[in-house]
This record gives sequence, C-alpha cells and structure tokens, in this order.
Amino acid sequence: MANLIAWIIRAVVFGTVVLYGSIGETITEKAGHLNLGTPGIMCIGGAFGFVGAYAYENSVSDPNAALCILIALSLGFISAMIAGLIYAFLTVSLLVNQNVVGLTMTIFGVGIGKFFGSYVIPEGAVSTKASFANSVFSAKLPFLSDLGFIGQTVFSYGFMMYLALIIAISVHIFMQKTRTGLNLRAIGENPATADAAGINVTKYKYLAIAIGSGITGLGGVYYILDYNSATWATAAGNAIESLAWLSVALVIFVRWNTAKAIWGSYLFGLCYWAYAFIPSILGISVNTDIAEILPYIVTIIVLIVGNIRSRKGHQGPAYLGMSYYREER
Amino acid sequence: MGQKEAIQMKNITKRFGSTIANHNVDFEVREGEILSLLGENGSGKTTLMNMLSGIYYPDEGEIFVKGQKVLIRSPHDAFELGIGMIHQHFKLVDVFTAAENVVLGLKHKKTRKEINDSIETICKKYGFDINPNQKVYDMSVAQKQTLEIIKVLYRGADFLILDEPTAVLTPQETDKLFAVLNNMRKDGKSMIIITHKLHEVLSISDRVTILRRGEFIGTVPTTEATEQSLTEMMVGKKVELNIERPEPENSKERLIIEHLSYINEEGVKVLDDINFTAKSGEILGIAGISGCGQKELLESIAGLLHPEHGSSITYINPDKEDHISLLHMNPRRIRQMGVSMSFVPEDRLGMGLVGSMGMIGNMLLQNYAESNSFLKMKKQAKIKAVKVKDKLDVVTPGINTPVRKLSGGNVQKVLVGRELGSNPTVLMTAYAVRGLDIHTSHTIYHLLNKQKKKGTAVIFVGEDLDVLMALSDRIMVMCGGRMNGILDARTTTKEEVGLRMTKIQEDGGADHE
Ligand SMILES: Nc1ncnc2c1ncn2[C@@H]1O[C@H](COP(=O)(O)OP(=O)(O)O)[C@@H](O)[C@H]1O
Ligand SMILES: [Mg+2]
Repeated sequence: MANLIAWIIRAVVFGTVVLYGSIGETITEKAGHLNLGTPGIMCIGGAFGFVGAYAYENSVSDPNAALCILIALSLGFISAMIAGLIYAFLTVSLLVNQNVVGLTMTIFGVGIGKFFGSYVIPEGAVSTKASFANSVFSAKLPFLSDLGFIGQTVFSYGFMMYLALIIAISVHIFMQKTRTGLNLRAIGENPATADAAGINVTKYKYLAIAIGSGITGLGGVYYILDYNSATWATAAGNAIESLAWLSVALVIFVRWNTAKAIWGSYLFGLCYWAYAFIPSILGISVNTDIAEILPYIVTIIVLIVGNIRSRKGHQGPAYLGMSYYREER
Repeated sequence: MGQKEAIQMKNITKRFGSTIANHNVDFEVREGEILSLLGENGSGKTTLMNMLSGIYYPDEGEIFVKGQKVLIRSPHDAFELGIGMIHQHFKLVDVFTAAENVVLGLKHKKTRKEINDSIETICKKYGFDINPNQKVYDMSVAQKQTLEIIKVLYRGADFLILDEPTAVLTPQETDKLFAVLNNMRKDGKSMIIITHKLHEVLSISDRVTILRRGEFIGTVPTTEATEQSLTEMMVGKKVELNIERPEPENSKERLIIEHLSYINEEGVKVLDDINFTAKSGEILGIAGISGCGQKELLESIAGLLHPEHGSSITYINPDKEDHISLLHMNPRRIRQMGVSMSFVPEDRLGMGLVGSMGMIGNMLLQNYAESNSFLKMKKQAKIKAVKVKDKLDVVTPGINTPVRKLSGGNVQKVLVGRELGSNPTVLMTAYAVRGLDIHTSHTIYHLLNKQKKKGTAVIFVGEDLDVLMALSDRIMVMCGGRMNGILDARTTTKEEVGLRMTKIQEDGGADHE
C-alpha cells in the first residue's frame, strides 16, 4: 500500500510537468503550429524561474512567499513567452519551416537555460538550491494531506499541481465553448477559411504561440522549484528536455484535448515510474531503460489503435505544420 | 433595375511574380443587378474578385463602393463594406457544424439558439434547407454551397460574389440556386457571378463583363449577347462552337461488362447489375445525376475497386483479339494494357495530381513504372508536359511551376491532357470539362473525337446533356446505381434521357439499339 501511494504521488508530480508542456503545445497546435521547441522553451522557463526565485531569496533577509511565487512564475512565464515569440516571428511572419525552427529552438533553449541556470551555481559545486522557494512551492495542505489514501494521493502536492488542473480544464472549456476558441480552432483547421471569415490569423497565431509557450515555461518552473526541490543542477536542462518531449507525445495521445491530458499525463507518470515500484510490488525485476520508454510505447500503440478506428474531428488540426500566407495558393 | 454604380474598380493591376493576373482592369457593378464575369481559364477573374473580398491587395488602381473610395486590406474590411464572396474552393471548416461556420470570426454575443433562429429566418426567406447542427464533412456539395451563401447573408452582405458556383452542381441544383439569386436581386442586392456555362450567363445576368488574359475587354447587356458573340469576345477570334460527331469506323468490341455489381464500405449497393459493351472508334456517353454510380463504375474497371462475385469485366486485346478478364488485376497492369481513366473530382486537386509538383512531375506520375531509366523518363515527361501545355493552352509561368498555383481550370487541363496523351485503347473520362471555359471544353471534345478516330474506345461521363447528346454515339443512362437503358444518341431526345436519369423504366436493362 505504501508503495502504491508513493508510486501514485511520483506519477502525479511527474505528470504535472508533462501536463504543463502539453497544454502549452496544444494551444500552439490548435493555431496550426507544431512547436518542437517545447523542450527548449520549458527549459528556459525553468531556468529563469529558478534564477529569479534564487536571486530574490538571497537578496532579502526576510523573503515573502507571495512575492517569491510571483517572481518565479512571472519570470518563468515571460522568458518562455519571449522564446515563443521568436519562434512565432520566424514561422508566422517569415514562414520558415516549423520543424526546423522548433528543433533549433530546443537546442538553443536547453543551452540558454543551462547557461543561466548554472550561472548561479557557486564555484566548484555541481548544484545549488533555493531553499525558501522550495518550501513555498512544495507546501502542502496541512490537514487534508494526512488523511489516508485519498488524502495522500489527492491532497499532498504543491499548489502548482492544482494550478495545472485549473489551467487544463479552463483551456478545454475555452476551446470548446467560447467564440475565441472556435476562431482559434478554425485557424488550425483551415487558415484560409478563417482568414476569409475575417479572423486576424496572424494575431491569433502570435497570441496562441506566446501564451502556449508561457504555460510550457511554467512546467519548467514546476520541475525545478517543486519536483526537483528547487535545486538547479548542471544536468537539469537535459532532464527537463526529456520530460518535455513526452509533452509533445501526450498532445497526440489525448488527441488535442487538454482535459484528457490530465489523466493522460498521470498515466505517463505511472508508466515512467513503473520500473521503480512494480518490482517491489510484484517481486520481479525489470530493465530500467526499457521501462522508461514505456510512455512512448503506449503513445505509439494508442496512435495505431486510434487510427484504425479514426473518426473525423478527432485527428489533429488539419493544417498543423503548414505555413499560411494569404496571397499564396 | 437600379442604375447607380454599387462597386467600381478602376485601373486595377495585380501581379504574382512574373505573372500579370490583372492589367489595368476597369470593372463596375450596379445596384440590384446580376453581372456575369466571363473569361477563359486563367484570365484573372478570381484574382479580380479576390481584390474585392480582401484576399488580395491590388498593386495599382482604385476601388469605390457606393461612390466612396475605399481600401480593402483584409476580408474583414470587405465584410464591413457589405461585400461577401463565395469562393471557387469552399472556405468551410470541415469538422465544424453549419452554425459554427456561419458565426466564425463574428464578434456578436448570440446564444446558440439565437444563431440557429437567425439561420432559420434566412433559410425561410430564400427557400434554403439546412440543418445548423450538421457537420460540414457530412454535407453534399450543394449543401456546402448553400451554407456558403447563408454565411454571407448572415453577415448582411449587400454585394455577393459567386465564383463558379455552378461548376459542381447538377442542373436541378443550379435552377434552385438561380431562383435564390433572383430573389436576392428583388431585394436590391448586387451580384457578380462567374460561370463558364454560357446558357447560364444568358439566362441569369443583366450584363456581362469579359476579361481576356488579364485585360478588360468590354461589358455588354445580356439582351444583346449570344453564345457566339460572347465566346468571340472571350477568345479574341472566331471559334467553331459545333461539336462534330464522326461516324464510327471499323468498330470492334473492346470492353465487355457483365453483371457488374459493387457494394461499398457502408454496405450500400452502388452498382447493381451493369451490362454494356464499349467499342473501339466509338464514344459511349454515360448520363446520370452525379453520384449514382458513375465513379464506382469507372473505378471498378480501372481496378481500384473490387466488384461483387459474379461480375465480369472482359478486355479484348486489339492485337491478338484475345479475351482478358480485368477482374482482380492490379490497377497498374490494367493501365499498362491501355485502359486509362481520368476522373475530375469536385475539388479537382483531390485526385490524380500532386499540387506541389510541376507539370513535369505530374506527367511522370503516370508512367513512372514504364521505363527503367529515370533520366530518360524525365525527358519524356518533359516533352509530354510541353505538348499538353501547347495543345490545351495551359496558362502557367512554366512547366515546373507547382500545379497548385495554376488557376482551377488550368489544373484540370493538366489532368485531362495527361490522360489523353497516353495513347490508351480504352479512355474513360469523367467530368472532363468540369469548370473549363467553353473554348477549352471544345478543345477537349475535339481531342476526344481524335481519339475516337484513332480507334480508341471512349467512355465519357458527362453532366451537360446537350454535350452528351452531341458528342456520343450511344448513351447509357444510369439511375441510382442501375442502368436504365442504352440509347442511340443520334435519335434520342433530351427529354427521354432526362426522364431515364430520374426514373427507372420497365425495360431498364434492355439495350435500345
Ligand atoms: N496566389 C497566386 N499566386 C501565383 N499566381 C497566381 C495566384 N493567383 C492567381 N495566379 C495566376 O494568375 C492568373 C489568373 O488566375 P485566376 O484569377 O485564378 O484565373 P481565373 O479565375 O480567371 O481562371 C493565372 O495565371 C494564375 O496562375
Ligand atoms: Mg477562377
């Protein structure tokens, strides 16, 4: 039982990082842009969020929790958004191939993130910790989190885990129920049609990419300040990158539905951590390398099954990955 | 009829790279009139109209709406001015419902019910029939067309531009559309309609404006125009509008179809016991309301579909006169034996061509399997591309320009030209002149006749009954997947064919020769 609870908690925390990335990527993809720069952008968000929190608590004698949160979240969000805007400028305005820009952005972002994050690591050390930020970001609800199985598996997380849920559900409602969401989806489905209907395609695309990237950046902040106990190590950039690739896979896995991405991300978390818990629960041994690719295997299987019984409207946006220029045909 | 100018365009020029799509064009439409815009494929009609609807921005020239000089920078600007356009290729989001498509991009805050009610009001007023909650991918072409019109009306447009709205409609659907347009004219709306069917131009419009190779040629009142005079203005020289029908010579059986039935994926029997023979040196016309099995018939023969048990398709080789069953043979083998098919779908680019490749690439697609040296093949394809371009007057900056960039009609010339050029023994073509201007259509009829004289068995699926009756030797009428008689095209009447298209006759399967 204790093992199972630990496994679930691990999975949810892990899933939350992936969830942020996949919400961001979904918003971007709904505008017809496949952003393979997600790992880089998440890394930038994480690094800047961490550096902000670290600098803040080291510069004042009596750090304030609300201010710490505000600084970390806004720095993480804005830095990631700026990276997103670079991607948007290249792909929306200059019509450069999205895959090329995205992959470059990943290399660039992981590099930038590592550089700035590691900037604050003291000489000779391999990692550094923002202890105050850690206490703020991993603070749990005092009583509920102690209440048995439910309490531990549902109420024992830092606030950003719940924030992710709120964002995921709000984005889903926004996409399905609002006029703006409808317009955005139309752009990903058929930009020429959206344009002819009087929608400002360029503005929408920029906004979607910027906001999507910002949310992705929050995933990085969560990873460092909660999941990784507010510790920046030199290898943190690569760790974020590998989780962020899962976000991109998750978008397809849940078919561009951010509400479903919630359980999808936790499922990925369970798969990812299976190697650490299954052996002790079942008393067998598994190869960790194989176990870690489980989420990808699940994605591939789901894609195959999904395609066999594919229905219209459940595929990705029809114009995903294609540039749009009004006078081009 | 109002005489005031509603929209004026002065000295409009628009270039795409080296192509001059419009050159110093003057254009004007009056209040409460229907104006036809006429011109060969690629003459710049769509481009000109796109500058009114905000898709393109003119390089030079001025636009006036109700006497006021305006700048139309985006489709949004066009809506503000009351200009709505129904594009040649539908601008609808497939996965959305009708209602969602209608309100797309609008700012007002109406509830779903209010939206549905407004749509209903429009439908009632003009006699449309549409389900607001139906998804676009479930709609027929005519329904999509209707939806496009509702979309424009919902935005309160006073000026309607319809770019080839009838190209893919059946005659009945066209009549319905024209009734609606007449209603709207009574409402004082101005309409510009682009169509290649001259009888439609003559029946619906008040005036006709003609473009040729991007230049403005003139505007004439419809009452003073005839098919002949309009064609001459369009083409710039005298053209022969009669379709010739040489007597079949040395006719031999080439393809025998017996008891052909086909059940599609949804379990519907779309072909039901079809029997006919196609002969060399003869054009066999196939008439029928669109979607009653023509496509499946051709695809079964071409080996793309697998007919039901008991069907038989026999090909008679012209050299050795031996009988070969085409059933269960792979499409490539069938093609190599000389059975060629060209099907022009409703969305033209949907089948047979690759939009991002040039003419050469698309020629290569057809015979990639026939030659083993790639370089040699490419050379042949190039020669062929040049030939098609010259013969059918394809308007393109070059044979390497992606075909997607050509105007709709020209895309089609490439498709049909490629099939005609492959020296087939059986040539099946469906809707070959869909969306083509009258001059090009006649070029294609002429090419089909040339094939016929060469001894090819031609199967021609057509929409226009007049053409079918003038071109074919025999006409097989299809009705709901069944054959409803084979008629002698020289003696039958249009009424007879029309009747058989809609109602199964007692003697349905019998041959009428
Ligand atoms: N977006 C575009 N890019 C490049 N060339 C174009 C574009 N739109 C139209 N053209 C060219 O302009 C010419 C006129 O095309 P179009 O207006 O579509 O003709 P029409 O509607 O009369 O058949 C054609 O030669 C076409 O290839
Ligand atoms: Mg056109």
